[in-house]
Amino acid sequence: MSADGQKVAVAPCSGIGKPFGTVAREAAYELCETVCPADTVLVALGKLVLGDAAARETVSRNPVVTIDGCQRMCAAKTVKRNRGAVLHEVMVLDVFRRHRDLKPEGIAELNKAGEELARVLAGEVATIVPELKAAVAKGACHA
Amino acid sequence: MPELPDRKVGIVACCGEEIAEGTVSRLATLKVLHDLRPDDTVTICLPLFVAGDAGECAFARVHPTIAVDGCDLRCAARATEALSGKPAASLVVSAVVAEQGLAKPEGRRRLDDAGKAAVEATATRLAALVDALAAAGDAGRAAESAMSAVQPQARNVACACGRGGTPAKASGVA
Ligand code: SF4
Ligand code: SF4
Repeated sequence: MSADGQKVAVAPCSGIGKPFGTVAREAAYELCETVCPADTVLVALGKLVLGDAAARETVSRNPVVTIDGCQRMCAAKTVKRNRGAVLHEVMVLDVFRRHRDLKPEGIAELNKAGEELARVLAGEVATIVPELKAAVAKGACHA
Repeated sequence: MPELPDRKVGIVACCGEEIAEGTVSRLATLKVLHDLRPDDTVTICLPLFVAGDAGECAFARVHPTIAVDGCDLRCAARATEALSGKPAASLVVSAVVAEQGLAKPEGRRRLDDAGKAAVEATATRLAALVDALAAAGDAGRAAESAMSAVQPQARNVACACGRGGTPAKASGVA
């Protein structure tokens, strides 16, 4: 854990019908397991849908990044409904629009382009993790 | 002869990101949707019950639905019941693993061999449940079709995520 004890909570959307949902999930793993494991914690959206107490505590006491597959923004809405402090919302579709060469395909298993899109997304979020943690000190969360 | 409604079996998976069993729930569901019973099943993203419109939230009231959960917290089953409608059946990956004497799955991001075996076992059980619900639905639709001539009612359900886009009609009597 980082020095101040705060982590950035990362909530991907659990989308199961399109490759964009899988990219959201893969990007969250990339961020939490590979790029910033010391500064991030993964949140299962399924737990939050019914307001699981531990998951609620995680999103209300830490700055939250949501990663959604499409414009329905299910992760952002679900976290906010649970009094989570969403400081940064990402939609995979937006990232793809900036990287049209990385067209994701496959839902159970992403193609190489989809995996790369997830890495790009995770890398972009990683650059603002310090900023998000600093926002906590300014009182952006309920901690 | 009235047209028989095409009511597919719905599957809602918890897709839990934190543990390997959640990943198994997702991959087993996808295997049934894409490979084992593609013509008989639809799905919806679980959080769409919170974020979606009225049609999406009615998913489990329109489709006989199976909830697939990674562990006995049963997030998908409980959320489906609370926000959409009571699932017709429920499956828990950790219970399937225990019943069949399989090794505990590991690797939430990339499943190990035990995880892949759990996907196969869960998908097989899930497909059998789909068959049972589809058979029960056929019997029910035969009775409904006679009534639909009295007062037909059609509802559309489309999953924003793309897999449940087939319009589903449900006939009933007000
Ligand atoms: S944001 Fe889109 S892809 Fe993600 S769960 Fe919602 S509908 Fe599915
Ligand atoms: S049922 Fe278990 S694995 Fe699935 S989201 Fe809930 S806690 Fe996670």
